[in-house]
Amino acid sequence: MPATTPRTIVTGVIGSDTHIVGNRILSMALEKAGYKVVALGALTPAPEFVKAAVETNADAILVSSLYGQGELDCRGFRELCIEAGLDAILLYVGGNLIVGKHPWDVVERIFLDMGFDRAAAPGMRVETVLEWLAQDFAARERAPRRQAG
Amino acid sequence: MHGAAALLIDFGSTYTKLRAIDLDRRIVLASGQGPSTVATDISVGMRVALEDLGRRLGRLPQFRYRLGSSSAAGGLRMVTVGLVRELTAEAARRAALGAGAKLVGTYAYRLTAADMASILALRPDILLLAGGTDGGNSEVILHNARMLGSSALDCPIVYAGNRAAWDSAKDLLAGKMAVCAENVMPEFNVLNIEPARAAIREIFLERIVHAKGIDRARDECDAVLMPTPAAVMDGARLLADGHGSTPGLGELVVIDPGGATTDVHSVASGQPRVPGVVQRGLPEPRVKRTVEGDLGMRHNAAAIGEMAGIPALAADARLPEGTVSRLIGELARDVDRLPRDAEERALDRALGRAALRCAMKRHCGSVETVYTALGPATAQTGKDLSGVEVVVGTGGVIAHSRAPLELLETVVAVPTEPESLRPRDPRFLVDREYLLYACGLLAQAEPEAALELALKYLKAPTEVLTDDIVANG
Ligand code: B12
Repeated sequence: MPATTPRTIVTGVIGSDTHIVGNRILSMALEKAGYKVVALGALTPAPEFVKAAVETNADAILVSSLYGQGELDCRGFRELCIEAGLDAILLYVGGNLIVGKHPWDVVERIFLDMGFDRAAAPGMRVETVLEWLAQDFAARERAPRRQAG
Repeated sequence: MHGAAALLIDFGSTYTKLRAIDLDRRIVLASGQGPSTVATDISVGMRVALEDLGRRLGRLPQFRYRLGSSSAAGGLRMVTVGLVRELTAEAARRAALGAGAKLVGTYAYRLTAADMASILALRPDILLLAGGTDGGNSEVILHNARMLGSSALDCPIVYAGNRAAWDSAKDLLAGKMAVCAENVMPEFNVLNIEPARAAIREIFLERIVHAKGIDRARDECDAVLMPTPAAVMDGARLLADGHGSTPGLGELVVIDPGGATTDVHSVASGQPRVPGVVQRGLPEPRVKRTVEGDLGMRHNAAAIGEMAGIPALAADARLPEGTVSRLIGELARDVDRLPRDAEERALDRALGRAALRCAMKRHCGSVETVYTALGPATAQTGKDLSGVEVVVGTGGVIAHSRAPLELLETVVAVPTEPESLRPRDPRFLVDREYLLYACGLLAQAEPEAALELALKYLKAPTEVLTDDIVANG
């Protein structure tokens, strides 16, 4: 339920990862839901997400990682955002985050500890992602966090 | 008797140069030159140049057009301000360079008090303020507008940032001469520099020419239309694209080594030529100008020496290293010096070769191999100019050279640097008569004539000139 000026969301597939299909489906769904999407596509280095978010004044960054290197690629992502003055930006990560079989709550913990607001388990449906965004944006409107000065 | 004639004027940093053109026969009638007396009264040197031209012509014809470009009084000095260095700050830089400016300062993110002090000290003629996509970040550009608005800066400001923030920015800039142009980056990673360029050119025409005292020559010159680098760029564009039924030469590069900088203009898409190569970074403008501020044959002879290495220069010039070091020191102190003997000519040739090689390398893009889990992939940054078929050399260094091919041949791709996307096998043309700027100016009034003139007078660099012609070059 984006307001009068649509919220801006940056999407992309991080690192050397070329799995673009899920990210594209997600970006299309977001656009259809009324968000302004800045889609960076596959093979996107972490700093590029942050730079795009700065210029476009994005409200959220959705990072995809499918090829199993997510833990390495996403390390320091929140710090990069803080460095660029995006302290309060909403950060999600999803895809196939880690190689091998690990219980989901362990994987999720790793990414939440890195500063992501939400981590999506493999095969997460876009409908759920849209619900998360609606909830989180609504919560922010009720209790707006201080924007970096 | 002559037919209709045009006078094209370049108010340069040292000389005011004239070209008289016969518009019907499409020929250069004569050239004239005088000092650029901008510090006192530009029209004094202009009249000297006209007298010189008159002597060569016998009698000055009635000119249908008298159009000028200028790089006098320091050129069009600009400062650019953007948000992210690689995004709107870079887009702003490119817009200013494309307008023919001399970039004296580039800033990104929030301007600090120290930044403001340095901007004031730079005394720009125009400041270009960008930042944020349309509807994107407005906080930083408003902060910067506030800093500029409350400062003592008195130059015109072109606002080409987040459109949504202009209304507030305008208030913050109250009291300054500020105009709004379309955003240099309206959407993320979309480059839109033409409107900002047009705004800069308009301010140049309407205010800067007057502020610098160049309009004192108005009795001898109808209009000073643009900075000289912009005229060269317009000439390059016309030469590449053609006009009406006259085809141009297609994609090309113009290289212009000067005393203080080396300019490179490319008119080419620069898209990856090999399928599967991915382009990185900001999209490249088809007409692109880069300026290498450290590659000047005189003011920066020492910098070229440092970059290329004295031993390499000495080897190329076939001179002892001691001689090269000594001469480089002399050149930097005596920036108007033309080579006086065989030794100095040999050094100039080596300096020119090094400057051209390096300037072309920096202008062209490059590829690098990125290793993905699937195997290697190729990513391109900048423009791929490997397929460009024409390289034009202009400016005194090339025009005065006895063997311009020896200079120009250094710009081509070399097997030892396969990552660099320089032209592989171009043919070369030399602007012996220093006409490209004149064609760019004339293109404003008579593009067909301007194009035919350029096509006629740009020559293959084969013939080796005698001393006599060189002296009069
Ligand atoms: C197609 C595919 C490929 C294609 C990719 C084509 C392309 N350009 O997109 C090719 C053949 C190139 C490929 C290559 C590789 N692949 Co592959 N690939 C797949 C496969 C079969 C399907 C991926 C897909 O498109 N799914 C469909 C989309 C719609 O789903 P999705 O991407 O998961 O996205 C959804 C959700 O996850 C969610 N989502 C996605 N992103 C985000 C982000 C956020 C923030 C949120 C909230 C939600 C979210 O929304 C989407 C819509 O519901 C999967 C296996 C599988 N069944 O998932 C393996 C798989 C992803 N690949 C795998 C591997 C190992 C590789 C290679 C390393 C193989 C190799 N050794 O060469 C390379 C890596 C190449 C590289 N550098 O990226 C592994 C990854 C293992 C891991 N993570 O532990 C998988 C899981 C197969 C497996 N079981 O081993 N692959």
